[in-house]
Amino acid sequence: MIPGRALRTVATTLVALALLVGLWEGYKWMGGVTDDTWPGTSIELPTSTDDLTMPHAADIAGELFEEVRDGRNRLPLSVFLLKKAWFTLQEAAIGFTLGLAIGLGLAVLMLRWRVAERGLLPWINVSQTIPLIALAPIIVTWGRTRDLPDLVSISLIATYLTFFPVAVSALRGLQSPDAAHVELMRSYAAPWRTTLFKLRLPAARAYLFPALKIAATLSVVGAIVGEISIGTKTGLGRAILEYAQRYAVSPERLYASVVGAAVLGLAVFGLVALAERLVVTRTQGLTREVGS
Amino acid sequence: MSGAAIAIEGVDKVFNAGSADEVAALRGIDLAIRPGEFVSLIGPSGCGKSTLLRLIGDLLTPSRGTVTVFGKPAHQARLDQDYGMVFQHAGLFDWRRVAANIELPLELRGWSKADRAERSAQMLDLVQLPDFGRHYPRQLSGGMQQRVSIARALSFEPKLLLMDEPFGALDEMTREHMQLELLRIWRETGTTVVFVTHSISESAFLSNRVVVLSPRPGRIHSVVDVDLGDRDDDTREDPAFFAKATEVREALRAVEAGG
Repeated sequence: MIPGRALRTVATTLVALALLVGLWEGYKWMGGVTDDTWPGTSIELPTSTDDLTMPHAADIAGELFEEVRDGRNRLPLSVFLLKKAWFTLQEAAIGFTLGLAIGLGLAVLMLRWRVAERGLLPWINVSQTIPLIALAPIIVTWGRTRDLPDLVSISLIATYLTFFPVAVSALRGLQSPDAAHVELMRSYAAPWRTTLFKLRLPAARAYLFPALKIAATLSVVGAIVGEISIGTKTGLGRAILEYAQRYAVSPERLYASVVGAAVLGLAVFGLVALAERLVVTRTQGLTREVGS
Repeated sequence: MSGAAIAIEGVDKVFNAGSADEVAALRGIDLAIRPGEFVSLIGPSGCGKSTLLRLIGDLLTPSRGTVTVFGKPAHQARLDQDYGMVFQHAGLFDWRRVAANIELPLELRGWSKADRAERSAQMLDLVQLPDFGRHYPRQLSGGMQQRVSIARALSFEPKLLLMDEPFGALDEMTREHMQLELLRIWRETGTTVVFVTHSISESAFLSNRVVVLSPRPGRIHSVVDVDLGDRDDDTREDPAFFAKATEVREALRAVEAGG
């Protein structure tokens, strides 16, 4: 990566963060002055601005350095959340990898047989309308009756969310080469498999990566929701669930753990974006015109 | 004709036969092309000239009649990879460097890496882009990309080159330059060329024979023999060239008039 560019990314991120904090605190301050109404009216604000509903940004940040109990140890919340996030990340990574494999597999299947596309695509779409809350207990029960560790069930829930964008975008990408490219491969008498590996899969990369970014963040969401619905003893989901129950006592703590989840989501997003830069942008996003 | 590079006999091509949107693209095509000959196919749009090219390349199958390429059915000739194909848009793979694009057909034939590299270097010299092997296609202008596409088509030394309006998307100056390049390559390699074009002057300038097609269904209206010998930029102002271009133009007018 070009250093100047990296620096710009960091700067934009910081400015965006500062803006967000500014908005949060500004809204909170306004509510304090106008007693939770829009200025000059008696219309109520959509959310109350008291410290229970909207703790100060500084308090949320400060909470990250408060010590919490972790078994017999005491450590700062930020470190505690990092440990939990590591667990969640593993589930998300397994879910993402499985989702990628299944999504790609389905896409290739649908590419090879039009019948498969007609038969599978509606089901793939329907699959995403089933609420996760309903599906999670089924997967968990299924896993427990087979003595599988919870990690497997949670990863499967993450898989369920990730395979969808992969399958849909990969199919589009595999179908993206123009007629001339396909004719060219035919003129070489290239078998279907060769056309897949030399033409269709490389062409699909540009379509796949935007979907992979969505899939990466979805895998984190899936892992967290999976943890919550399974009731595991560890992971970010567990921490969020616990702090949600104690929201009335320390709202900062729940907000801080949500920040942790967001950071994890951003981290996996960033990893995929980096992979994209290495695999696609380097070869396809170059500037035009060397000569004419 | 025995020993013909391409023999097309009694060929019809009907798309969507039997359905409401049936299109008779070609009817009763007979054409023989000698080895080493440069033949252009010209005609108004919809006359089936690209379809005829694709029948020779076995990218389409005739509804009736036979297409023989180097004495064997077109299908077998495709399986044997007897021809190279060049399209209107270069059709290079964006994710491959220029050299890797040229090497693609060699890769599919299982050539070793060293042999491939040697050949792609030769090909880049042939199309006069010796320093561009490590570039990506998007870094090249349209004319340069088309030269790479020609290099790719010639890389495995096919005896036949099928070209579908290869210079159609280029500006006039680049186009004239590319025509001379193609003639030089044709002379150097002795390849048989079938060349689809819209351009009257292009067909008269490049070919040994210009096949004029009439549309709906496509038939061979007439064949114009051209013998301009060695050509260079001055040929474009030669009365003999004008005469041939006029002959092609009049044949096309007759086609338009329904003759």
